[in-house]
Amino acid sequence: MSEFPDDLKYAATHEWVRVEEDGSVTIGISDHAQELLGDIVFIELPEEGAVVTAKDEMSVVESVKAASDIYAPVSGEIIAVNEDLTDAPETMNSSPYSDGWLCRILPSNPSEIEELLDADTYAGMCE
Amino acid sequence: MGHQTALYAKHLESGAKIVDFGGWDMPIQYKSLIEEHTAVREKAGVFDVSHMTIVDISGPDAEAWLRYLLANDVARLKDTGDALYTGMLNENGGVIDDLIVYRMASGFRMVVNCATREKDLAWMQSQQSGFTVTLTEQPELAILAVQGPQAIDIVLEVVSQRFSADDSARVSGLKNFSSVELDTWCIARTGYTGENGVEIMLPNAEAPQVWDQLLAAGVKPIGLGARDTLRLEAGMNLYGHDMDESISPLSANMGWTIAWEPAERDFIGRKALEKQRKSTDKPAKLAGLVMEERGVLREGLRVECTLSNGSTEDGIITSGTFSPTLKHSIALARIPADTQHCAVDIRGKLLPVRLVKPGFVRLGKKVFI
Repeated sequence: MSEFPDDLKYAATHEWVRVEEDGSVTIGISDHAQELLGDIVFIELPEEGAVVTAKDEMSVVESVKAASDIYAPVSGEIIAVNEDLTDAPETMNSSPYSDGWLCRILPSNPSEIEELLDADTYAGMCE
Repeated sequence: MGHQTALYAKHLESGAKIVDFGGWDMPIQYKSLIEEHTAVREKAGVFDVSHMTIVDISGPDAEAWLRYLLANDVARLKDTGDALYTGMLNENGGVIDDLIVYRMASGFRMVVNCATREKDLAWMQSQQSGFTVTLTEQPELAILAVQGPQAIDIVLEVVSQRFSADDSARVSGLKNFSSVELDTWCIARTGYTGENGVEIMLPNAEAPQVWDQLLAAGVKPIGLGARDTLRLEAGMNLYGHDMDESISPLSANMGWTIAWEPAERDFIGRKALEKQRKSTDKPAKLAGLVMEERGVLREGLRVECTLSNGSTEDGIITSGTFSPTLKHSIALARIPADTQHCAVDIRGKLLPVRLVKPGFVRLGKKVFI
């Protein structure tokens, strides 16, 4: 069964968000999402330095089965992207909450984080 | 809940993810599509394809009727057990279904697609006037496809536990597109993967035990997801995607399945096809596309085709995927016959792709240049 770590926030579009000590947020896709997608073969990474708006597409994940848009869960500047995914996109399958992270955003409107779902609510949605 | 095959409980035992497929609850994958795909290319895999429809044809006019019903010619099946791939066409030359037909010890057997079952049966019923034939569906038979470089050796082990040494020898001596009946079983050297292997039709009641024996011998269970990536690598069509009733076999890379000779054989769709063949306006063709850059070609994407006079015309991808064997994307696309080169529109970006003959992997190896 899919895992839904308690210390993360989730978007209804299946991204997770972890608030770091410096106020930035790390973003990835949920265990449930990677399971639905199946074997991931390419990831179009977001661009470092780009400014994104919450709910806008910022990346595309391609699995054998389907192409899936990844939406920015919060607005802000992309300050880091996980370049390792270029050569090893399957890391997003094997380690969605750790080595398979997608990018980090410096939020421009931290109150958006509060609007995201907690683990229980998101897990209920995925049932 | 949909129909379930005799192996439904076995799929759950192997951890299958079940989806609805043409009204049947079928395994889309067990653990990983890529692992399943690789197992078939490198070792052996087993697919439950019992959802497909088996129809036996008997009666004094069975052969004459099939020579009228099908675009390929069952008179080419010289020996008992011989099989061929064919389209069943409508009067306009559109493909109602694609199927394999076998010459059996008594009569013929057709295996048709699951999603087209009702319309196929209705069509066959409607085309019988003047012929004395009897159609018998065989829902009590399961079908196991065992495919991969080790498949035949492992199947021989299973066969030798049930049948005589002579019977095993008949299975081991099977040529491509031939089959042998052993009691209630029919074992055919056919498949949908581009690997060596067999398809076994056997009573539902025996299927779970055979399934277990195959798995115990190291054969991996393979879901419909990998079935699709394997058949696409092999350049084989999927009904409802690469062709349908609006598409001529000449535009679906099925020209080789039309038996034009003998010229006096009248089969349904012949007149329409002959007209298309004589026309100076060449029909669109089904081509292979290869994209080695990052990204995945998907069904429905627009293909911008440049013709010899420099103008452009649109084609469309009918099947596309990431090829687990080749590690890049491949597709089948319907494009103008005169296409010189083309590019695929992926999210608004035109990406150049290579045009090849449909067929990408055969016996584990890349086949196009």
